[in-house]
Amino acid sequence: MPATTEAGVFDESGLLAKAREGDIAAFSELVNRYSRKIYRLAKHITQNDTDAEDVLQETFMKSFEHLGDFQGQSKFYTWIVRIAVNESLMKLRKRKSDRTVPLDEPLDTGEDTVVREIAVWEDNPEQQYSREEMAKILDEAVESLKPTFRTVFVLRDIEELSTEETAEALGISVPAVKSRLLRARLQLREKLTRFFRRKGDDVFAYL
Amino acid sequence: MTFLLTCKEFLQELTDYLDSTVDAELRVKLERHISECPNCFVILDTTQKTIKVYKGVEPQAIPNEVHVRLMKAVERKMAATKTAAGKPSV
Repeated sequence: MPATTEAGVFDESGLLAKAREGDIAAFSELVNRYSRKIYRLAKHITQNDTDAEDVLQETFMKSFEHLGDFQGQSKFYTWIVRIAVNESLMKLRKRKSDRTVPLDEPLDTGEDTVVREIAVWEDNPEQQYSREEMAKILDEAVESLKPTFRTVFVLRDIEELSTEETAEALGISVPAVKSRLLRARLQLREKLTRFFRRKGDDVFAYL
Repeated sequence: MTFLLTCKEFLQELTDYLDSTVDAELRVKLERHISECPNCFVILDTTQKTIKVYKGVEPQAIPNEVHVRLMKAVERKMAATKTAAGKPSV
């Protein structure tokens, strides 16, 4: 196993060792460390509070159950993200089969990369809105993406997994991650332009 | 002689460019394109800002009742596993 001097990782291996022995406090510490991120991830993918809570509980219960299988080759966080993504996608599929949620898996026509809106943004768009307004704008934009794009964007740009980790978590290829990420980023850029464009300005401001 | 990239080609490489995974030669071509194409410059700039606003958001606290139910579920699971594993493991 490669040695690491990173304090957080070192702390975590100690917690993991204790948790494996059934130390409730140690495992609770791991839960507290990541529960907010896992809940956010589950909410972004499932877009449903009840499903997100189920995913949250399942993720930590399954991770505890299979703690012995976790080899420590990847980060604990990456490992539980993978469990959370699987649980979230199962929820989505279940709803799809219930036919209550239209879930389209579009053919990749490349049309999603068509850029329609080109406008200069304010330098610090986040300063124009309160924290609550900002959170609402950003969440609604992500929620409007198709699930295939949304999931990749959430893992790469919100949870900050690497391209390879995202590919592994979703069971798709690295080129597929890149292609979906590009589309997601471009679509979000378009949606956010409505809120963040510089007032009374146009593209020629840069010339 | 270096050929100029089209806007479409620029867009196809945008994610790799933003993630700094393009090679030096392609990087030069992409940077030349944005220095000459104001539209692509704006797309690059606003896409960078899009990524930045999302990266800066900390996850919000979990609703208290959700947290309480989570901890109860985890503790139940741990207690059940302990009971099941009451005998010494091999």
